[in-house]
Amino acid sequence: MSDESLAQPGDAVAVEAAPARAGVWRRLWRDPMGRAGVYLLAVVLLVVLVGPLVFPFNSQDFGTSAASILQPPSAAHWMGTTELGQDVFREFLAGGRISLYVGLSATLIAMVLGAGLGLVSGYYAGWRDTILMRITDFFLVLPTLPLIIVLAALFGQSVLVTSLVIGLTSWPQTARIIRSQVLSLRERPLVQRVRSLGAGDLRIMRVHILPNVAPLIFANLALVLSGAILAQAALAFLGLGDPVQVSWGTTLHNAFDSGAMSSGAWWYVLTPGVGIVAMVLAFSLIGHSLDRVLNPLQGGRA
Amino acid sequence: MTARYLGRKVATLALTLYVTVSFNFLLFHVLPGNPVQMLARSGHFSPAARVQLVRLFGLNHPLFEQYLIYLKNMLHGNLGFSYVYREPVTTVMGGAIGNTLILVGTATVVTIVVGVIVGVIAASRAHSLTDASITVGSLALWSMPDFFTGMILIFLFGVWTHALPVSGIVTSGVTEGLWAHTLDVGRHLILPALTLVLVNAAEFSLITRNTLVDVLVEDYVVTARAKGLSRRRVVWGHAVRNAMLPVITAAGLYVGMILGGAIQVETVFSWPGMGLLIYNSVEQRDYPVLEGCFFLFAIAVIVTNFIADLLYHLLDARVRRT
Repeated sequence: MSDESLAQPGDAVAVEAAPARAGVWRRLWRDPMGRAGVYLLAVVLLVVLVGPLVFPFNSQDFGTSAASILQPPSAAHWMGTTELGQDVFREFLAGGRISLYVGLSATLIAMVLGAGLGLVSGYYAGWRDTILMRITDFFLVLPTLPLIIVLAALFGQSVLVTSLVIGLTSWPQTARIIRSQVLSLRERPLVQRVRSLGAGDLRIMRVHILPNVAPLIFANLALVLSGAILAQAALAFLGLGDPVQVSWGTTLHNAFDSGAMSSGAWWYVLTPGVGIVAMVLAFSLIGHSLDRVLNPLQGGRA
Repeated sequence: MTARYLGRKVATLALTLYVTVSFNFLLFHVLPGNPVQMLARSGHFSPAARVQLVRLFGLNHPLFEQYLIYLKNMLHGNLGFSYVYREPVTTVMGGAIGNTLILVGTATVVTIVVGVIVGVIAASRAHSLTDASITVGSLALWSMPDFFTGMILIFLFGVWTHALPVSGIVTSGVTEGLWAHTLDVGRHLILPALTLVLVNAAEFSLITRNTLVDVLVEDYVVTARAKGLSRRRVVWGHAVRNAMLPVITAAGLYVGMILGGAIQVETVFSWPGMGLLIYNSVEQRDYPVLEGCFFLFAIAVIVTNFIADLLYHLLDARVRRT
């Protein structure tokens, strides 16, 4: 917040919070699990973002004869071909972007909703907290994937709708986690003192509460992201993916529908599947590691 | 457990169920593009059938009256009529519920047992190589989509080795006698259930491990060790019992997850349950069946969480008394 040149109550805490946050990233890097996650994520991003530029995929590039259909890996087709004679490796490279895109936008929606509600609920407590948490608990208990499937079946299967639907159903856990942290933060003497000095609610939330829950939001973000990518994959596999966009889930849907299983076309199934697992695992390693280094009981003791 | 606590819980349960019904009404009957209105206007039905549809949902009445009619239908267990099967939704679901219960029930029991045991092993060797491998392995399995795990198992045990059946619930023609039938269903059950266990056990192993690591350094555990009790007695006899509370909460929430997994697994293994029904009704846009299935799933999850809540309270009180 560089726009504030005048010292205001509680600025000392903002300064305090900054090194604490830097420490989190350093501790993530020092944790072997966290570092493995970062390495894996780097590889996944390289494959997903650069791969399609080097080996572009053309869905109209079918095989020329029956002999090019469902071929095992070879020099010409590194990961074999599909039931239409398309190159599986190129389709794999092209398919990651949608997973990443849907995952990120859904997570953004879920974070804004979850962190926002958690912040308001925990900060104001009282009746507002009661009402918001009742609503949160209702959505927390609803079976998420079935709800996502219903919403996608009702409202369409474009990438935008998929992101919205996953985002709008993935926030309750975040709201719960952030709320309980904020509840304890607001009772801290410093926050109480700053309030008595006349700092407004919005300012207290922004300067004193938010920086302190930020690492927690990041840890949760990585886990929500994993869940969102899995949800997108499941939707696409069940035939609710965007019909004009290639994604790993869609590839698996096509593989399953075309009888790749009984034909023994393992390359057609394994390639996109490994992509999903690698991407989800990268984020869940990072999220789990952040969770661990943020929890003093478990992170400190090694 | 006091009567007052129970009363409050039951009231909350009733309210939640009521909100769920209303949420379903909103989703399927009010929001723009809702299937009931689309259908009444489309050429899907004969004029006579359309009149019946309009009467069933009271489409010629104002929205609030439609809502009351909907509530009444729900109370009478009238979930509508399937477009595809041309039967009441309840009849269509009736055949599938039992099959899903077999699959989800078996998978849930095995998942919790395996998850807790693995979690205890990891915690009692905390910060060792075993512990780290279990954590990373759990995360790796958790990162696998249920449907993909199922497809791998089909390759391993079906396509390549023909060790186990990979499709359906019975082998046609060999179902003579109850015992042979049960055995046959059991063989068909192995792979779909194993898929759900592999993907979901991590949820429990990680929670058990993390809770137990905290419990194992508490004073009473140290005291028990100092008293001369073996490590195994202390872990299983004292610590695990107190680490079970978060597991119970997780078990409640887990039911929602495993039902999501069941949709994928039943699709992959053609297991004729609610999940496969949801997949088929999505594919054929059979909205009344989809609505009924979602409603039943939501009720199942809400009731399970209610039970988990009560169980938590019960166990927690016992822990405090000792």
